[in-house]
Amino acid sequence: MFAYILRRLGALVVILFGSSFLLYNLSAISTDPLAELRLSDAPNKEQLILNLTRELRLDLPPPLRYFIWLRGVLGIFVGRADFGLTREQEPVLEAILGAIPTTIRLVAVATLVAIVLGIALGITSALRQYSRFDYGMTFFAFLLFSLPIFWVAVLLKQYLAIDFNDFLVTAKISPPWIIGFSIVTGFFWAAIISGSRRQVVLIFSGVFVANSIFLSAISATEWLSYPRLGPIAIFVIGIGIAVGVTYLSVGLSDRNALKTSLLMAVVGTISYFPAQPILSSDRPRLGILLLFIALLIVSVSGALLFARVDRGPVIRTSVITSVLIGTFILIDRMMQAWRPYVESDDVNYRPVATIGQSTIWLSEVSFWVRVLDFAMHLILPTLALTLISFAGYIRFSRGTLLDVLNQDYIRTARAKGLTERTVIMRHAFRNTMIPLTTIMVGDVAGIVGGAIITERVFAWQGMGTLFNKAITSFDLNLLMGVILFLSTLAILANLIADLLYSALDPRIRVGAGK
Amino acid sequence: MAKKKESVEVIKDAGENAIFNKETEGLSQGQIVLRRFVRHRAAMISVVVLFVLITVVYTALDWRIGDEEDPFVIPGWWKYGFEDMPELRYGAECVNGSVGCPTFDAVPFFDGDGVSLGEHPFGQDDIGRDYLALVMRGAQRSLLVMFIIGAIAATLGTVIGSIAGYFRGWVDAILMRIVDFIITIPVIIIGSVIGFHFGNKGAAFLALLLGLFSWTGLSRLVRGEFLTLREREFVDASRVAGASNRRIIFKHILPNAVGVIIVSVTLLMSGAILLETALSYLGFGVTSPDVSLGLLISNYQDAFTTRPWLFWYPGLFIIVIALCINFIGDGLRDAFDPRQRRRLSRKEKANARAMQSRSELA
Repeated sequence: MFAYILRRLGALVVILFGSSFLLYNLSAISTDPLAELRLSDAPNKEQLILNLTRELRLDLPPPLRYFIWLRGVLGIFVGRADFGLTREQEPVLEAILGAIPTTIRLVAVATLVAIVLGIALGITSALRQYSRFDYGMTFFAFLLFSLPIFWVAVLLKQYLAIDFNDFLVTAKISPPWIIGFSIVTGFFWAAIISGSRRQVVLIFSGVFVANSIFLSAISATEWLSYPRLGPIAIFVIGIGIAVGVTYLSVGLSDRNALKTSLLMAVVGTISYFPAQPILSSDRPRLGILLLFIALLIVSVSGALLFARVDRGPVIRTSVITSVLIGTFILIDRMMQAWRPYVESDDVNYRPVATIGQSTIWLSEVSFWVRVLDFAMHLILPTLALTLISFAGYIRFSRGTLLDVLNQDYIRTARAKGLTERTVIMRHAFRNTMIPLTTIMVGDVAGIVGGAIITERVFAWQGMGTLFNKAITSFDLNLLMGVILFLSTLAILANLIADLLYSALDPRIRVGAGK
Repeated sequence: MAKKKESVEVIKDAGENAIFNKETEGLSQGQIVLRRFVRHRAAMISVVVLFVLITVVYTALDWRIGDEEDPFVIPGWWKYGFEDMPELRYGAECVNGSVGCPTFDAVPFFDGDGVSLGEHPFGQDDIGRDYLALVMRGAQRSLLVMFIIGAIAATLGTVIGSIAGYFRGWVDAILMRIVDFIITIPVIIIGSVIGFHFGNKGAAFLALLLGLFSWTGLSRLVRGEFLTLREREFVDASRVAGASNRRIIFKHILPNAVGVIIVSVTLLMSGAILLETALSYLGFGVTSPDVSLGLLISNYQDAFTTRPWLFWYPGLFIIVIALCINFIGDGLRDAFDPRQRRRLSRKEKANARAMQSRSELA
């Protein structure tokens, strides 16, 4: 295993050498940084050309320049890496390190949402194979495959930012919208749950009525203008989470698990009250950490208290429940910052941002307003990236689950008389996740590529911006820095995918000879 | 109860098998694949739509063949060329004060005058150029780029993949290292570097260069396919019969791998059209005075609030083209997949059951 990793890392170095050599020469040969100067009519033209030639070492042939650049980079092995300077005389390494957090924030959230939603929809689609829902999802996924991301981004800017901000001023949902939304959600749930005709009609009308009442209530109470959850909503959501997580994780027949997670819903609601002053204090990060540690301790000890045997699944259930409830408490705290955020001069009642990664604040603002600001800036780019990338997850998880469901061990599991929940969640879902994991890891590099366009559309200052700047200003050092970073990421992701695959699937042994 | 259900399933399975066997009796592999493909409704619709679209797009504008001064002109069905500058419509001719608004009237008969194209169905751009002509020209370029990338990538990927997979050893090692070099860099990055420097040399040249860098994924697939196929008995048999390497590769192994190749080439092509539009959007693809769909969107994205048609039409063309190709690819995948079975209609299931019970009685 160790030898295998070493061998792969060795290959990584060779590949990076090859691909960087290829691209360096490709871009060095095809660019002419002097072209602009040659056409200029500055009096000291000759001198300027000479200066630039000396600065960029243009007197040397590209392969030779590559090795000069490589010597600097190889310094990484002796702890003194030198990626050269940009055209603005700033170290490339600093520029890249400055841009990475922005890109990661963008990519991480989008990937997470895409994975969770994509897998959920894909699996539902597979379980309802050949139903209307399945065909609908297939069409939806293909549609997403065919969408240019920048085109979607412009639409999102118009309808989800500009129009939605206009809507938020009054936050009154008009009756046609309520009916329209309710019809769509009704169809959605009726298609997922399905059954006999009578059941479908029943589900549809139930969802329709519930949704209409819910939306009317939101509109009447102006909740969208003054959003908050409060202890009662958190308690209701907590009960829902507890039941849902228990059902998916161990099944409702496990009374111990159900009791523990219901207890966590109660504890979560109670912890809402002491959490408020802690979260609003000067050091909220510490408060968040304390809140989660406390919830984890209670959930683990609660599980140990209720369950005498087979404690693992019960602990798992209650921990997941408590983390989710804790997240909702944080969301509630963030919502409390909504009014100060919206009313501040810098935002001025336009909360959904279309450009940039954060507001430049002219005055001092609190931690939660800042967090909310980050979130509001993340919404559109994340949505655009998610829409593009989660089609792949829908298709792939559907296909894999269908493959798995045709296996003999699923038939055996059913023949043993296991409940459908156990068959799907324990036998099928886990085996579906094995190939999916490798896809996820391998996909990260691709999403970073997509982020280049997204950053451009939404004017974020990340790797994409650096890359654009590098190309248009003939900045070879910067360009090579970005490319080196991205291709290292891609190769490492591949390596991790292979290792994960062998860790998850015992049939696969890496590095065990040919 | 459960037992009864199971036995019904067994009968059903056997009956369906009988139907499928009956259907494929006396047909070659190609005919079976073609039949399955024709049955795939979404794919067939896509084939028709794409065919109509390509015909419409390529016959819309005048074709000028021969020298610049005195070309031989094949007239297109649309009155304007993409370089013509008719007068810009504004003021009273357009509602709510916009310029160059579209005249396409798609509401049938409710407003009294039925469906009509009008003078400028898709509107006009800033300087009065007819937008329908521009979109047609853009679609021509985007389709051209797509087909060139597809053709080059298919040829290179197949040849390199089959050589690597068939000969293995050091040939394989060298070829696959080259693939590794290229595959580690995200396509959009290679594309931008190439596009920025060669975009001004025309769409075809850009596509040619992009094609040179997009064959890697396909070659890996083909190699994998060859690695398994070359160990099969029919390859041994033909080798014993004295077939040359070339004959074994092209006559024996390649036809067996053609399903994988066709499917991944279609998907590659739908990726190619999106790549071209993305590059043109970033400013690293097709550049003015040439036109492409991505370039049109990029030019007019800021006009979305005031003149949305400048944004909608090129986008719709991209989506329709890419969607058709994706569905065709899906249909081909199903058609080539030997495990794939279509769903039987109720009538066919009833027939199967009847057939089964008859054979049991007999």
